[in-house]
Amino acid sequence: MTVAVVQFGGSNCDRDAVRALDYLGIDAERVWHEDGLPDDTEGVVLPGGFSYGDYLRAGAMAARAPIMGEVREAAEDGVPVIGVCNGAQIGSESGLTPGAFTTNASARFQCEPVHLRVERADTPWTVAYDAGDVIEVPIAHGEGRFEIGEDAHADLVADDRVLFRYCDADGNVTDAANPNGSTDGVAGVLGERETVAVLMPHPERATLPDLGRSTDGAGILKAFA
Amino acid sequence: MTAYTATVTVRLKRGVLDPEAETTQRALERLGFELSDLRSADRFEVDLEAGDADEAADRADEMAERLLANPTIHDYDVAVAER
Repeated sequence: MTVAVVQFGGSNCDRDAVRALDYLGIDAERVWHEDGLPDDTEGVVLPGGFSYGDYLRAGAMAARAPIMGEVREAAEDGVPVIGVCNGAQIGSESGLTPGAFTTNASARFQCEPVHLRVERADTPWTVAYDAGDVIEVPIAHGEGRFEIGEDAHADLVADDRVLFRYCDADGNVTDAANPNGSTDGVAGVLGERETVAVLMPHPERATLPDLGRSTDGAGILKAFA
Repeated sequence: MTAYTATVTVRLKRGVLDPEAETTQRALERLGFELSDLRSADRFEVDLEAGDADEAADRADEMAERLLANPTIHDYDVAVAER
């Protein structure tokens, strides 16, 4: 399997993603967005960064790049697609997943480790975990507050499409553990298919043992194995 | 064809938190201004040629739908004037 890590102008977590996937023994390559998805693409990562300088809204420009049409088609065909941080913003802006990620309630850029509660353990992204598990993964974003209209939020919950919620170390979803004011503590959601997901925290920054305090994110990337 | 300017104003839906506006309001209050509330919006002025004002408005509307606004969090309006 080759995982295409799609690089836009201003992406800056593309190398990190390839390195984390390499470490897990998963074949991955960076793909410049203008080159389109390679024919043998069997997975897609929309990496973090600041595509197009976050102009207009974070992810707005990249979401309208031609390659995103290919990514949507791949997603509809069942190819696993994950958007991380700016990739999550691109995914939601392009309609791959519901809701929107906008300015943190703090109005600040926040770079810190957070705890996530695994809400669904029966998706490709979470086979390594049990429902209710608490994992530690870092965030690094200024526009990560998940917003979704009331009706759409009710649908999201009814359809069980919340993948991760921000929580404290014991797994309690509280306002204090919600770093950015996200609606319902949502940190990551699923698309129409469970093979499509976006999340603001960075699993690729919590995969390499030498890198930091947690390798809890590796389980998410193992979806591509 | 007539030259128009379509002004697209994009603002957060009522009830959606606007941390940037809150920060701006606090800064104004620090400067000694008294105000009850402050909302911010983005304004795009699009110069275009169209057969009539309705056509210009329709095109600007589609621009807002497809890029300038995010329907999850934004409302927008379009005003057209001859240029």
